Amino acid sequence: MEKIPILRMGPFLLVTIQVDLYDRLAENLESDLVQMVSKTGAQGVLIDISAVSIIDSFMGRIIGNIASMSKIMDAETVVVGMQPAVAITLIELGLPLKGVHCALNVERGMELLRSRIALTDGTPDDDADTE
Amino acid sequence: MTMLTLNKDTMAVVKEQDVVPLRNRVKEYATKIGMGLVNQTKLITAASELVRNMLKYAKGGKVFIEVVSKGRENGIRLVFEDKGPGISDVALAMKDGYSTGKSLGLGLPGARRLVSEFDIQSTPGKGTTVTVIKWKNG
Repeated sequence: MEKIPILRMGPFLLVTIQVDLYDRLAENLESDLVQMVSKTGAQGVLIDISAVSIIDSFMGRIIGNIASMSKIMDAETVVVGMQPAVAITLIELGLPLKGVHCALNVERGMELLRSRIALTDGTPDDDADTE
Repeated sequence: MTMLTLNKDTMAVVKEQDVVPLRNRVKEYATKIGMGLVNQTKLITAASELVRNMLKYAKGGKVFIEVVSKGRENGIRLVFEDKGPGISDVALAMKDGYSTGKSLGLGLPGARRLVSEFDIQSTPGKGTTVTVIKWKNG
């Protein structure tokens, strides 16, 4: 059985989708990821879809689900590396991926995750020793 | 203007794993006629939606892939034929957000927006045939 690997990187989970997804694979990824968030206490999930050439409504729904599920498990999700043709197609299909944070590449995605976690922490490092 | 069929292929789709080879075959055909990446992606996404419907509601069916030409324009025609339960209200099924299943209800209306020509014929109890054409530059 094929499986999409989930890598742990500090407080984040990193998923790089390198194969064409079929439904079962996508559904498994969804449940594996949520379980990994719970097990590791990860604060952020970064999903790299730069190798994905097709996202249909089902796949789009899975991505949305992952983001919502992570959110209520106290983790932020960022989707990075969407191909321009996929973005054009998603919008015409009628699936704007509302509620999913996106970034152009892995580097910017990591930055976004860090800033969002700092934001929700409520204890920014800068203010730590001002008193 | 008459439409010519230049090349034809048939694929049976009966299980989830058949979807990926189908997408690849459509991509091969689209690449062969020199369709650009954006139109290719739209066509394959539409095919993915339609084939998913076929699997979900009719337990599979047949897909015909053809290279067609009309005048100076080349394109790909896909026919999705199933012998499932059919759709009792096609107009309703074509509406955004309508679904009898648990999906988002984007499949049929979304697929129509992604292709150049779209036709659906359905007889309750007999089956459904969806025909789409994406012109190379359309």
